Amino acid sequence: MIPAIFDYVRPSSLSDAVAALREADEEGKVIAGGQSLLPLLRLRLAYPEVLVDVSGLPELRGVRDDGDSLLIGAMTTHYEVIRDPLIQAHAPLLAAATATVADPAVRHRGTIGGSLAHADPAGDLPAVALAMDGVFVTSAREIPARDFFTDYLTSALEPDEILLGVRLPKAYTGWGFHYEKFHRTAQAWAVVGVACLVRRTNGEVAEARVGLTNMGPTPVRAYAVETAVADGPASRQAFQAAAQDAPDGTSPPSDLHGSAEYRRHLAQVLTARALAAAAGA
Amino acid sequence: MPRVSVEVDGVRYDDDVEPRLLLAHHLRDRLGKVGTPIGCDTSNCGACTVLMDGLSVKSCSVLAVQADGHEITTIEGLGDGRTLHPMQRAFHEEHALQCGYCTPGMIMASLDLRRENADPSDEEIRAGLEGNLCRCTGYQNIVRAVRRAADDMRRSDQAEEAHR
Ligand SMILES: Cc1cc2nc3c(=O)[nH]c(=O)nc-3n(C[C@H](O)[C@H](O)[C@H](O)COP(=O)(O)OP(=O)(O)OC[C@H]3O[C@@H](n4cnc5c(N)ncnc54)[C@H](O)[C@@H]3O)c2cc1C
Ligand code: FES
Ligand code: FES
Repeated sequence: MIPAIFDYVRPSSLSDAVAALREADEEGKVIAGGQSLLPLLRLRLAYPEVLVDVSGLPELRGVRDDGDSLLIGAMTTHYEVIRDPLIQAHAPLLAAATATVADPAVRHRGTIGGSLAHADPAGDLPAVALAMDGVFVTSAREIPARDFFTDYLTSALEPDEILLGVRLPKAYTGWGFHYEKFHRTAQAWAVVGVACLVRRTNGEVAEARVGLTNMGPTPVRAYAVETAVADGPASRQAFQAAAQDAPDGTSPPSDLHGSAEYRRHLAQVLTARALAAAAGA
Repeated sequence: MPRVSVEVDGVRYDDDVEPRLLLAHHLRDRLGKVGTPIGCDTSNCGACTVLMDGLSVKSCSVLAVQADGHEITTIEGLGDGRTLHPMQRAFHEEHALQCGYCTPGMIMASLDLRRENADPSDEEIRAGLEGNLCRCTGYQNIVRAVRRAADDMRRSDQAEEAHR
């Protein structure tokens, strides 16, 4: 279908972009790669009056080494994330999860900022940002990942707030990592996904981080699993036992891809696999 | 209305467009480039795939205004009307199409895949084409065609190299 009528601006400064959103008075929408927004407009599920294209804003570009963290610009495309040497060195979990997103053509256009701001609980990147304790840098403030995703397709961003990028700590450099995504067909969203980081010392697991995709209206951290594996053996039995706690405190959806019950079971199986892969067990 | 300047298959076009005009509609309805079909409303099928600055994109999921200042290559920009591009020839010779609706998108996505990987395995071809749906062929012949085209293109690259 053809989208409903809207105005379009492509400001070249951040202050102009924020002003355009403010002027639109909640009827404006940022457009980055358009890979989530344009399908919504075509299906007429969204009716913004103004699209503010942020592709011309230098503040949203590039991946920067900031000492103890990486600052990944919101306009960095999935394609760029997968190939970026800094991300490969310090956040390979992000690159691995991004490689499972959609298909090559969508990855050429879609951006990390758009994926995170869209806050789709089935999106693969929110669970990574949460597992890595990322910090969202916006035109107005900094928001820790645990406060960013507030509800289904809803983030803490205000209507006139622009996401500049996400800051990922380098603390996880060298940790084992794995993103385990379960989907039935090529180019499909996760039924459930598990983002996992493991730090090993002499054969044991010292600590772990586990983020879950599509196990509720927002991405969730499996803290119970993290506690259960810490300072324990890096064995498949130990991981299987710990993964039983993965669905604790989650509220997965029931839809045509699977029931909530099925997703709880998947979360256990996939978490055990992700831990084993990340720990090299 | 915003003015949009795009270079399509080597020719520059300047047009005033509505912001809501999709690149796919711009190509088909305004520029007459009907070689690029539209197969869905959900950005899933990949029939509309073109190259934008050399990278594959779904032209139904790009606004014409977003393509301003960029270079587009469609299926119509590959052959010269008499000889086929090696990828087109391989699709023809390996029977990689039945109704042909998905074919322009398949070929453009296959060229994108070959750009990064001159000697793709069957598995890599399948992964590279995961954003393109075909409802007729069962994919076997498409994979075979892409492998054959990649082999042909590698050989002619090598021949050219040796010639120099
Ligand atoms: C066929 C298909 C399959 C897909 N499969 C997957 C998948 O398996 N996994 C997955 O994770 N994703 C998937 N996606 C979604 C894809 O990852 C999108 O690229 C991504 O969700 C949106 O990024 P974008 O830059 O295109 O954002 P846009 O579509 O431009 O914007 C998305 C939303 O974010 C807002 N926004 C964007 N940038 C900013 C910013 N800088 N500041 C504030 N707000 C902003 C917009 O206003 C809009 O509400 C798929 C998409 C398609 C079309
Ligand atoms: S028409 Fe563009 S993806 Fe289907
Ligand atoms: S040949 Fe008919 S859809 Fe592919």
